[in-house]
Amino acid sequence: MTDRALAVVRAGALTTVQDRGRPGHAHLGVPRSGALDRPAAELVNRLTGNQPGAAVLETTLDGCALRPRSDVTVAVAGAPCRVTVDSRPAAWGAPVRVPGGALLDVGPAVAGVRSYVGVSGGIAVEPVLGSRSTDLLSGLGPVPLTDGTVLPLGRPTGVHARVDVAPQPAPPAELVLRVTLGPREDWFTPEAVRTLVSRAYRVSPASNRIGLRMDGPALERGRPGELPSEGMVLGAVQVPPDGRPVVFLADHPTTGGYPVIAVVRPADLPAAAQAMPGTPVRFVAVRRR
Amino acid sequence: MKVLPVGEDALLVEVSSGDEAQALHAELLRRRAEGSLSAREIVPAARTVLLDGLDAPDRVAAELTAADLPAAPPPAGDVIEIPVRYDGPDLADVAAHWGVPEPEVARIHARTEFRVAFCGFAPGFGYLTGLPPRYDVPRRATPRTSVPAGSVALAGPYTGVYPRSSPGGWQLIGTTDAVLWDHARVPAALLSPGARVRFVPRAES
Repeated sequence: MTDRALAVVRAGALTTVQDRGRPGHAHLGVPRSGALDRPAAELVNRLTGNQPGAAVLETTLDGCALRPRSDVTVAVAGAPCRVTVDSRPAAWGAPVRVPGGALLDVGPAVAGVRSYVGVSGGIAVEPVLGSRSTDLLSGLGPVPLTDGTVLPLGRPTGVHARVDVAPQPAPPAELVLRVTLGPREDWFTPEAVRTLVSRAYRVSPASNRIGLRMDGPALERGRPGELPSEGMVLGAVQVPPDGRPVVFLADHPTTGGYPVIAVVRPADLPAAAQAMPGTPVRFVAVRRR
Repeated sequence: MKVLPVGEDALLVEVSSGDEAQALHAELLRRRAEGSLSAREIVPAARTVLLDGLDAPDRVAAELTAADLPAAPPPAGDVIEIPVRYDGPDLADVAAHWGVPEPEVARIHARTEFRVAFCGFAPGFGYLTGLPPRYDVPRRATPRTSVPAGSVALAGPYTGVYPRSSPGGWQLIGTTDAVLWDHARVPAALLSPGARVRFVPRAES
């Protein structure tokens, strides 16, 4: 192995390789996958001089620790966290030089859920269908990081950005999700549609990369029977038999048989990726543009 | 035909039968290939085709509503043959549902020409149609926690083959060594929507 590599010292609760995912294969049952907070992933690439679609690491709640084998530029963004290099504090949201053999520690999220670690050259694991993303639903792409994993790095393509700290939105204290109704709002009672867009929900701890699950009032079906399986989109608000809505995130199934009452605007999904369990959620109905 | 908007840039086109959905899917693929339709994803399903990643969903919706769409899918290419041993643990249950002696299940299944109506559930998992409606079967009352890769299974009007081991509630009638999904292969999926399929019985070994 060359020294363009990164050893994983502490993998954390769930750290995966992510890029822009593998859209275009849904008709074969392949989820799109990709970084949940895409602006944060693109930011760490910009900060480290990578192309926007280079593969980065996505942590979950408790960060990770990495030891590059050669000098690299890294950047950490998304969920704010403490960053150290060989125990010395380093910047979050800005390019950081990490000498070969030094230990980069990405601490637990202070707020939000997912921090993104960009490394100059990008994570260069073998792509699957054009993407290096780990897809937790279908198992495509590299398995989640484990302690001792060694990840290959690509060759740096650009010069890192010269900024002190890049501005980023704070993780949401309240998650406001703008939705357009349908395609299956007519499968629910009018009361259920009103409930969705007027009552308070909370992010359930059972949320993951497949879907943001909701605790809150159940949505009642207005008609009996089963909906034949149909194609699902990112941001679909699907309502399983228990009536609690689920917002589909990047690793969502490509088809599903529970009715979709509404669809969240894509611009609101990065914030959804950073909403801690327990975060209050409001769905706001908007007109289709 | 009904065209339902989905979010900002997708449409769900609903038709009244599986055949119509397959015909619509073939027509939409043709339009995308000739350049008159620009969609990132064209996802057929049981009674619908989803168009996702559209630049101008309103215009596409208007065009679809105005168009005369073919009612039957065009003839597909070669038949994909899948070798199968009809040795599944649910053969007796399926025979009971069908009201036939157990050996008849294999004979009926193997003489049917299937078509991949759509894919989903897992990469490379096709929902195959072709059996007459009287052979619909329910899912198992209790799903299995692990169904082996290569299991040939029935549920509702569909036949499917598990590309990899996973939990599942379908009725298992046989096993195949065919590799349904291999991401190092081009194409990765053995079965894609519209493909014709036959199951070829192999003697039990």
